[in-house]
Amino acid sequence: MSKTMTEIRWHGRGGQGAKTASLLLADAAFMSGKFVQSFPEYGPERSGAPITAYNRISDERCSIHSNIYDPDYVAVVDETLLESVDVTAGLSPEGAIIINSAKEPGALRPLLRGYAGRVYTIDAGTISRKHLGAYFPNTPMLAAVVAVSKCVDPEDFLKDMETSYRHKFASKPQLVQGNLDCLVEAMKEVKE
Amino acid sequence: MKTRAADIHETSPWQDLTTGCEIYEGGTSRLTLTGEWRSKVPVWDPAKCKQCLLCAPFCPDSSIPVTDGKRGQFDLDHCKGCGICYKVCPFKAIDWKEVH
Amino acid sequence: MSIRDRLSGNEAIATAMRQINPDVFAMFPITPSTEIPQYFAQYVADGRVDTEFICVESEHSSMSACIGAEAAGCRAITATSSAGLSFMNEVLYVAASCRLPIVLAVACRALTGPININHDYSDSMAERDSGFIQIYAENNQEAYDNYLQAHRIGETPDVRLPVMICEDGFITSHALENIELESDEAVRAFVGEYHPENYLLKSENPLAVGPYGTSPYYMEARVAQAEAMKNAKRAILDVAADFEKTFGRKYGLFEPYRLEDAEVALVLMGSSAGTARAAVDELREQGVRAGLIKVRVFRPFPAEELAEALKDCKAVAVLDKSEGFSACGGPLFAETAAACVNLDRRPKMVDIVYGLGGRDFTVDQAKRVFARLEKIAATGETGPVYTHMGQRDLREEVQ
Repeated sequence: MSKTMTEIRWHGRGGQGAKTASLLLADAAFMSGKFVQSFPEYGPERSGAPITAYNRISDERCSIHSNIYDPDYVAVVDETLLESVDVTAGLSPEGAIIINSAKEPGALRPLLRGYAGRVYTIDAGTISRKHLGAYFPNTPMLAAVVAVSKCVDPEDFLKDMETSYRHKFASKPQLVQGNLDCLVEAMKEVKE
Repeated sequence: MKTRAADIHETSPWQDLTTGCEIYEGGTSRLTLTGEWRSKVPVWDPAKCKQCLLCAPFCPDSSIPVTDGKRGQFDLDHCKGCGICYKVCPFKAIDWKEVH
Repeated sequence: MSIRDRLSGNEAIATAMRQINPDVFAMFPITPSTEIPQYFAQYVADGRVDTEFICVESEHSSMSACIGAEAAGCRAITATSSAGLSFMNEVLYVAASCRLPIVLAVACRALTGPININHDYSDSMAERDSGFIQIYAENNQEAYDNYLQAHRIGETPDVRLPVMICEDGFITSHALENIELESDEAVRAFVGEYHPENYLLKSENPLAVGPYGTSPYYMEARVAQAEAMKNAKRAILDVAADFEKTFGRKYGLFEPYRLEDAEVALVLMGSSAGTARAAVDELREQGVRAGLIKVRVFRPFPAEELAEALKDCKAVAVLDKSEGFSACGGPLFAETAAACVNLDRRPKMVDIVYGLGGRDFTVDQAKRVFARLEKIAATGETGPVYTHMGQRDLREEVQ
């Protein structure tokens, strides 16, 4: 497969929005002119069960419709999954894992079953509480994934997201700035 | 494709059937002589008949023609010999006999 | 001018439905097709369609309502999956034999059991003899495009058959991808209005539908229906030609890929075909003469055309995403093999049942199938004809 394509795997729990995060990333990449895929893998349909979602982002339409086994990046929306799910399975050592956690990356590395690539953490909960007043980890996670993977140009990303928020929150414009602040801070705060 | 029910019958080739066997007119049951399905047959005795006309509305196959307020002979092309007219006649003016 | 967008397969189909603005949508939800009526309900609420949206109490009823509505002279549609499609079984045959061009969207999902919500074709394949035209999509774009063509195909006067527009449950129905949409005006101009010659609500012309057909008539009625299905092949190609002229995207009965000089080839359907194309490209770079055929139209089955396309291959693997329990292969294999049986020189052929209940199909699996085909082509020995792929097994997979 041509390496103009970025493959990302999301791990979360049903109800936490890993699927939504993958949709948002696809949206952002779409707006910057890319070809995108965003799809979930459903197991038991219940809140709290581990779920996986995927993104392919490329300059040409991708005809492959299998799951992603060798992702370039892995995003973990819920750090408690690190103990039960092999989140780094197949993850490229040149890639990275981005984990929603208040901890330092070094503290989580021992849970990553020997993964030798880059490890990032982002305290998505604190950032979203600060700017959005509630636990919405998707928005900061999305920004962190863009900042680390650069699958979308970060500046274009912020511009496109502003347009998208202005459209989405047309009837609640007070929400636009909070979401944008959330993105900007997450892009800054994600740490290796 | 034929469109008139009268033009479609048991020897019609498949090309003559209407699409989906749709029927484009009313009253097509007249074309099927269901009287052949009879094992018993009603027999009307005009001498005993008071022309009360109770039999006609009871007939499920509309096989008792009524003209100018009076019933006539059975339409035996469509009477299936069910015997209801025989049962409802208050004057024993209808008998119900074996066909053979 | 197409509109660049990104939609899931379900939203793509719902969008096509909105653009067509049918008279009646009789809906009953079932995973993974539920989003289709869900999106459509929003269009109704927003006044973007003037469709009569009927929430019925079962799939048997949704198809029955479609039959009544279509017979009355309406364009009637619905959507379903899996057990819902099975529950329609009886009335699917009624719709087809009454020659009512209803369009039914199916997000294909496994049948029980065990209970499973994921994709395979056990639901749609179980209805292959229902008399519905069946068109399968590889992705959201094809689901949308096929839907735009469906009404015209079904409503063609010498066809008049209902149409199933099949997409892969979850894999296509829930995957967001880029799509080229057409404008509402362009779609409406392409699809046109529905003016049946006879219908129940035509006051000047009484009509009865669904009569009893005694044995002196039943055989003739079925032959007429079979002829209509043969005519559907031409109608599908005619509509596809006009679609290409109008919107620029080309469709046929099936889509060959790098098949001209292929020695080894796959025959398969749906999203797997895209995955397998990546394998073909990789193998071609290594000098393997690999190709494939993606079957788009399963009913009517393009037997002569497939045989012609496959005749020069040495070895062919048919990939069946439903288990027919014939103990000798799945439905796509049975039909493909039958299509080739009268060729003077024909490829060796094996069947591989795969992808059941959402079991993933990968580029590597496709490459393994090609490796097996190369061996068959070299030795002329078919080996086991009917095998499975992707299951855990203490024995090795057939190589």
